[in-house]
Amino acid sequence: MSHLAYLGVLAFVLLGSAWLEVVLRTRVLARWRRLLLALAPVVVVFVLWDAYAVSAGHWTFDPARTTGIRLGTLPLEEVLFFVVVPVAAVLTLEAVRAVKRWEVGDEVPGACVDGVRVDDADTVDDDAARGAS
Amino acid sequence: MTYTQLAVLGVVVVVLLDLVVVRTRLLTRRVFWTAYAIVVSFQLLSNGVLTGFGIVRYDGAAIVGSSTPADGPPPFLGDGRIAYAPFEDLLFGFALVVLTLVLWVWLGRRGVQRTPYAGPPRVPVPGAPPGSDRG
Repeated sequence: MSHLAYLGVLAFVLLGSAWLEVVLRTRVLARWRRLLLALAPVVVVFVLWDAYAVSAGHWTFDPARTTGIRLGTLPLEEVLFFVVVPVAAVLTLEAVRAVKRWEVGDEVPGACVDGVRVDDADTVDDDAARGAS
Repeated sequence: MTYTQLAVLGVVVVVLLDLVVVRTRLLTRRVFWTAYAIVVSFQLLSNGVLTGFGIVRYDGAAIVGSSTPADGPPPFLGDGRIAYAPFEDLLFGFALVVLTLVLWVWLGRRGVQRTPYAGPPRVPVPGAPPGSDRG
């Protein structure tokens, strides 16, 4: 069972965030195309960082607490970490937006969001948005 | 380069990406810091499990603190560690989360599945351009 220890941590993070999609209607998994496009560069950059760190001896993985399945020099779990944690982060951001309705920065310029005109998403006035909501 | 140097570099790169390069300016928004406060508490928990149980072990030459001992957990706090994990892990996690969220918001701003917005359906605002409601 201890071989599943790292996978267990990933399952905890996944289950701890996935419910937001249903309960708070974050619509992150529903926008899977955007999610995959955001994830792709993240996975590439952090797998490269991790592979370098392992080759330089910065950190090592306990063979007794990982499945032993490897993708190149990295355990499968470590690669999945760079998928699971970013998905949890996006779910959390969208969950906060769903509850608080604060500006995130991807709103349509010129649109009215909760009664506040978003003239330029680049220079949106968060204080004005908060004051009106 | 050491893990410490790379972790600091990672934070600098994502901060510049957000504030200067793509100008998503997430780091200036309350929505980001609220989400990050939630994310970082789970990071401390999961990093603590990964390092406290020795699933991942660190070399003292790469971090500010000492190597993960062979015969037991590293210190919970102190010797460059926070909740068993090297403090560098927090910088690593910050870079991971900010890079992800900057890309997510940048794609939405470019019109890639900007909607449906998160949350319950919204009542269209009178006078708003068509398709600009958040429902």
